[in-house]
Amino acid sequence: MSTVVAAPAAGADRSGAGRSRRRGEQEQSGKLFNRLAATCVTLFALIWLVPFLWALITSLRPNDEIAANPTTPWSNNWNLDAYSYAWNSSPLGWWYVNSFVISTLTVVFTVVVSSMAAFALVNLDFRGKYIVFGLILAGLMVPVEALVLPQFLEFRALGLLGTYWAVVLPSVALPVALFVFHSFMKAIPVALIEAARLDGASWWRIYSGIAMPLSRPAISAVAILTFITSWNAFLWPLLVLTQTKSQTIPVGLSSLVGGSAIQYAETMASAVLGILPLLAVFLVLQRQIAQGVANTGIK
Amino acid sequence: MTATALPAPTTGIEATTRHASAGRAPRSENRAGWLFATPFLALYLAFLIGPVVIGLVISLFNTTTVRSGIGSWVGFSNYADVLTNADFWASMWHSALFTLLTTPILVLLPLLFAVLVSRLGRGQWFYRLAFFAPYVVPSAAVCLIFAFMYTPETGLITNAFGWFGLTAPDFFGSTSGAWFAVVLLTVWWTFGFNFILYTAALQEISEEVYEAATLDGAGPWQQIRMITIPLLRPTIGLVLILQVLSSLKVFDQIYILLTGGPNYTTRPVIQYIFDTGFSAYRGGYAAAATMVYFVVLVLVSVAWFLVRRRSNSADA
Repeated sequence: MSTVVAAPAAGADRSGAGRSRRRGEQEQSGKLFNRLAATCVTLFALIWLVPFLWALITSLRPNDEIAANPTTPWSNNWNLDAYSYAWNSSPLGWWYVNSFVISTLTVVFTVVVSSMAAFALVNLDFRGKYIVFGLILAGLMVPVEALVLPQFLEFRALGLLGTYWAVVLPSVALPVALFVFHSFMKAIPVALIEAARLDGASWWRIYSGIAMPLSRPAISAVAILTFITSWNAFLWPLLVLTQTKSQTIPVGLSSLVGGSAIQYAETMASAVLGILPLLAVFLVLQRQIAQGVANTGIK
Repeated sequence: MTATALPAPTTGIEATTRHASAGRAPRSENRAGWLFATPFLALYLAFLIGPVVIGLVISLFNTTTVRSGIGSWVGFSNYADVLTNADFWASMWHSALFTLLTTPILVLLPLLFAVLVSRLGRGQWFYRLAFFAPYVVPSAAVCLIFAFMYTPETGLITNAFGWFGLTAPDFFGSTSGAWFAVVLLTVWWTFGFNFILYTAALQEISEEVYEAATLDGAGPWQQIRMITIPLLRPTIGLVLILQVLSSLKVFDQIYILLTGGPNYTTRPVIQYIFDTGFSAYRGGYAAAATMVYFVVLVLVSVAWFLVRRRSNSADA
């Protein structure tokens, strides 16, 4: 790839023999460069789509055909049998429901709880505010994923294993979400808040009537990214949701990896079904999601 | 639940932080502030700080994960066991190796493509779609698809090697093949995240800078080298540290695709903790391993924080 980029590095001579001619050359080489870049990038983008297409194509072909011609992207007998089989052979419906409920609860709690705390840190002078701020700032460096074992013991002691709460609660109070709201609410003019105070509005009223409506972009960024992260979480739900019917999509699907080697179509159908909900969300909200990632760096 | 146990702020710090504002906060504001902050703080202390404390305590006991209760005090012997255990260090090395293998690719390749895409006027949405869509796919679905494509003899990727006259490695049976499989999968899966971070930063660079450079006779390659890359340096730093931290925390792909195999030669440290803590039920020991790993991750973050602060103050 470096050769493609390095190729049009012409124009090293600084003889100054006519700027216009040089500019013409530059434009020429610029065009050539862009064309090369476009070809290279498009090729890569197409390769990137292959796994999606391959899963989709395979899921629509009959198994005996796949076994006979594994790498042909064509079928004489397209059908949806694998989907009904996949749907009936595993509790996919339950997994959808669980994933949806858990992700939604996580989003609602995260948005409410972290926006309220951010509001307090921005607008309210309370004792110990700076200590609280520092404590949460330090939390940015705490790698939650590494702490599953003590977390597990804690939830067992609380008797919450196997419940939705076990999955929701640890992912609600994340410092990243708070700081997204914090940086957003800091931009709200103080005069606005003070005017409302003089009018006798309560702090709750200012939060819900002024700060939150003005933070809509922050709400959508936090909500979308929390939903994706929560929907795709694997290790923690794997540990705490042990009943097949109470599992989430990623945990349930993982049990199909390395399963029967003959049922290619069914396996790929399950994968496609596992991808669909979030991919649909992604296609609708592509711009917002990209924006959210760019602004927050939540991974 | 631990909110009530929050220590009262010491007066010394209170005095210095308060110095700027005119007088004491009104009582009502003080109360409102705590009411607003408490739900977050309670959950934060209970489920983010709590596990750190619990991990520290448990690591000093011979807790097992089959029975409740924390067992008996064993001092630092769990740490001594962990630090002298070859399997633990092997798994630490696997996480580090995964980081070494993925970080250069996932920092540089998205940079290259984001720069190239930014120079193209049309079709930005298509590239964003293609590169970023895998980011919303659950790890298990990615592994299902790639496991199918890695199937010996019949898999698409296995066959793709043949098209170039190469022989595919044994993706599940050999260590090097397994690393190749997991790295390729990871690059496909997470490429888009870094791509988006770069793309956003590129949009901040004003068009005029490039126009001026073109007038001065700078070619595309010179523009990229002299303008784009220097202006992107902070973003490259950010992507680098996010990538290192997330690669060090690898678990999903390796566990689902390979279960750390063949013969534990790719097992990352999170799976080691998982195996010792939940399959072998050695809670105290696994907690000690957790704390060692935890300290490594925090040190990486702190190092990054210090480096960034120094470069920020150097800029100012």
